[in-house]
Amino acid sequence: MNFSPVNIMGTMPEIYLTVLGSLLLLMEPFIPREKRSWLGLFAIASLFFAMIATIGLNGKGLPLYQGLYIVDPFSNFFKIAIYVGTIITILFSLPYLEKEEIHVGEYYGFLLFAAVGMMIMVSAGDLITLFLGIELMSLCLYVLVGLKRTIHRSVEASFKYFLLGAFASAIFLYGISLLYGASGTETISGLAAFVQNPGALKPMVIGGMILTMVGFAFKVSAAPFHMWTPDVYEGAPTVVTGFMASVGKIAAFGVFLRVFWVAFSANKDHWTWLIITIAILSMLIGNIVALVQKNIKRMLAYSSIGHAGYAVIGLLNPSRESLFALMFYLFVYLFMTLGAFGIVLILRRKGVEGEEIQDFVGLNKKNPMAAFLMLIFMFSLAGIPPFGGFLAKFYIFMAAVHAGFTWLAVVGVLLSAVGAYYYIRVVMAMYMKDPEETVEFLPNRMEKIALFLTAAMTVIMGVFPLPFVHYIETSLAILVP
Amino acid sequence: MTFLSVPILTFLIFFPVVASLLILPFYRRPDSDGIVKWAALGITVVEFVVSLSLLVGHDPHLYQMQFTENHVWIPFANIHYALGIDGISLVLILMTTLLMPMTVLTSWVGISKQIPLFMINLLVLEGAMIGVFCATDFVLFYVFWEAMLIPMYLIIGVWGGPNRIYAAIKFFLYTLAGSLLLLVTIIALYFVGGHTFDITRLSGQHYGMTFQILAFAAMFAAFAVKIPMFPFHTWLPDAHVEAPTAGSVILASIMLKMGAYGFLRFSLPMFPDASHFFTPFMLALSVIAIVWGAFMALAQEDMKKLIAYSSVSHMGVVTLGIFVFNTQGIEGALMQMLNHGITTGALFLCIGVLYDRSHSRLLSEYGGIAKQMPVYSTLLVIFALSSLALPGTNSFVGEFLVLIGSFRNHAVVSSLATTGVILSAMYLLYMLSRVVWGVYTPKSYAMPDLKPYEWGALLPLVVLVIVIGLIPNPVLSVFHQSVAHLVSQVQPSPVALLH
Repeated sequence: MNFSPVNIMGTMPEIYLTVLGSLLLLMEPFIPREKRSWLGLFAIASLFFAMIATIGLNGKGLPLYQGLYIVDPFSNFFKIAIYVGTIITILFSLPYLEKEEIHVGEYYGFLLFAAVGMMIMVSAGDLITLFLGIELMSLCLYVLVGLKRTIHRSVEASFKYFLLGAFASAIFLYGISLLYGASGTETISGLAAFVQNPGALKPMVIGGMILTMVGFAFKVSAAPFHMWTPDVYEGAPTVVTGFMASVGKIAAFGVFLRVFWVAFSANKDHWTWLIITIAILSMLIGNIVALVQKNIKRMLAYSSIGHAGYAVIGLLNPSRESLFALMFYLFVYLFMTLGAFGIVLILRRKGVEGEEIQDFVGLNKKNPMAAFLMLIFMFSLAGIPPFGGFLAKFYIFMAAVHAGFTWLAVVGVLLSAVGAYYYIRVVMAMYMKDPEETVEFLPNRMEKIALFLTAAMTVIMGVFPLPFVHYIETSLAILVP
Repeated sequence: MTFLSVPILTFLIFFPVVASLLILPFYRRPDSDGIVKWAALGITVVEFVVSLSLLVGHDPHLYQMQFTENHVWIPFANIHYALGIDGISLVLILMTTLLMPMTVLTSWVGISKQIPLFMINLLVLEGAMIGVFCATDFVLFYVFWEAMLIPMYLIIGVWGGPNRIYAAIKFFLYTLAGSLLLLVTIIALYFVGGHTFDITRLSGQHYGMTFQILAFAAMFAAFAVKIPMFPFHTWLPDAHVEAPTAGSVILASIMLKMGAYGFLRFSLPMFPDASHFFTPFMLALSVIAIVWGAFMALAQEDMKKLIAYSSVSHMGVVTLGIFVFNTQGIEGALMQMLNHGITTGALFLCIGVLYDRSHSRLLSEYGGIAKQMPVYSTLLVIFALSSLALPGTNSFVGEFLVLIGSFRNHAVVSSLATTGVILSAMYLLYMLSRVVWGVYTPKSYAMPDLKPYEWGALLPLVVLVIVIGLIPNPVLSVFHQSVAHLVSQVQPSPVALLH
């Protein structure tokens, strides 16, 4: 390990966030209870600070620490998405935590550390570094999921997530050890060089690859490793659910993509069908089981399983089309998911969170703006133009057709027609029925900013995505020619 | 050509959308409904007047796209914001802009709740519909095509009848499922047709026969649901019956035309060989639609359902005309599209007039309204006669051309289709005899005759019915060149004939 100035400079964003996050934990006892929101603002400022550092590093494809850590435009794209997602999450958290009476100062520290974990994941050039990133993220999320200590459901979710997550980590680690045993290296580039030898593909390598895939599939909540998702999403505080579903997922996808495209691109034939199976199962389970959900958080959980299925299609073929499709998809998905969870967490019925789809009935009469924003998120998630979700799906199907899997695109579109039903059911509840219960929707300024930001991005990505398309195109140049 | 220094087609698409923002400040003021209605009426009328300039600027001697605009929209995968119209799109755009003020007028008292939201939906819908007819980039077309679903879903679902939610969801899912296959076809065409979404460049290439057949079938799913052709029509009666009058008018007059427009713009010029391959199938479905729709209409008690089934029947004539691939057939089909838009739109408006007064659409509840509402009854009779294609009215021209066109190559089909004309006379005259004449019923009592806003909606349509019926040539000459070009494109390639 060589701590040369180049290496230190390259990891500055992570160092900033770690130091500032620790500082946040130290400051917490000295901040009076009613001034807790300062901590949130401090966390936002830290994220901005790190973002500037990341933007400063952009354009340099640097393998740091002898290839253990990679800072390139690809990882920077994901880091910026992580910052933006975390900032929006904090904007939603400030009033939400107060209302739920779980406003503990450590929350922001854990959020920042989780973000650092995700940043390490997308920058990892080595499977051990990657594992550290995953564990840092997961451990923080286990705590955040159980934040409502007095609520049975939250603790149960946390425990479930912890147990299953530990299993997934163990399986992943076992995969790494098999790969190391076969190839003698755990860097991604070293694996890539090893896999290119025709004689290298021993059962041990294939086994290791499959086990790492299981670990990733668990983290992106793709079927058949999705079982934890609905319960954890339902039990966790909604703001944490939104964070996990959007930011956590895109980080996991970033590393999934790097490992499989760089390390295992030579034996693509071995995993293509595994990916297709995961994609079809996820789209099937996500879209069909969501149809019968009554709780909107569970519905969005199944929807996120379905979306993981669509995004996985982008992994099929290491080409420019696929990479662009996947990055575009994740970027749009970040905003629409955060926005949808944002509406859910602001809506309150008799002082508690309105989590049932029934609670959305007649929202348009009460608060037309909220109903309209939810309409945008729902139609965008369903993939209806002119919202970003449409273009995202469009590029994914395009990637599938380009890779020669037209039939998979057909399966995908048909299932998305099935899926449209549960999204428009929410719209139906909001617009076409009269309000029955005392549901209130009173966002404060922070929440309004966050909602406006997510909705605006969802629309802009569908109507005028030009600047973002340019940015994604420059970010992906490093990974595919 | 520009208007207020905005290119004219862009102006036509986005003016209603942007102008609908003017309504937003009145969103939650209960006393401002009058202003909102007048604003919506003003916007749609301005839109119509501006759209007339297309007619002035359009050169009917050219088949090429005119008023073109082209900008890169999304550079990845070469997606353009490309607009342009030819004679075929021109008539449909004018029909759209003409009917929109009518839909605002018919909602004057027909819509009583959430008026600002309703008007915003109407205006956004208008922009999207014009976009569908203007787009010359396939992805842009698809964006407008799907974006229409959102306002229409809300119009049916929020302001519809008692069973509106079922109808709205059925409408949405049917059209969505059909359209999504179109999306896959568009993507496949991009890779097969040389990495472009430009409709003009994708047309006239000779793709492989297998690809043509698959792509045609997938597109068929989208367009057949929209038209709707025979086995896919079941959403239509539900949507029509539950939708408010304005929604029914837009559905029947404009949205149904988009399926036929899709066949003319995409399926025929892009997949000529597959079109010929599927001709027997398409002709059979058309004839079934004509006869089946007419028989179903005969059995209806609800007037809206009756007209809805008559739409299925009349749109069968359109698809019949399209798939005979000659100039008369296609020109007849276009005429029929335009006339069906005017006449059926007018019939729905007429039913709306009755419904606003007595909240019933059942034939059995009315009788002898000629006594109470002589002017209304006269107009209703004119529209009904036009719908049954009486010579001298507009529909006669279209149906006659289609039947001539089809008789040349498919005499049997043509003869079967002619029965549709007879059946349509039966159900329409039956409706008239019960509603206008017939026995006086309590519901029909004390209904006032047409009010000014109803005059405004119906009078222009009556004039068009008669004018187009007597002098159809100016209309035909608008799209003559475009149709001639289309017919030349759809001739099967010599290679395919060998197979």
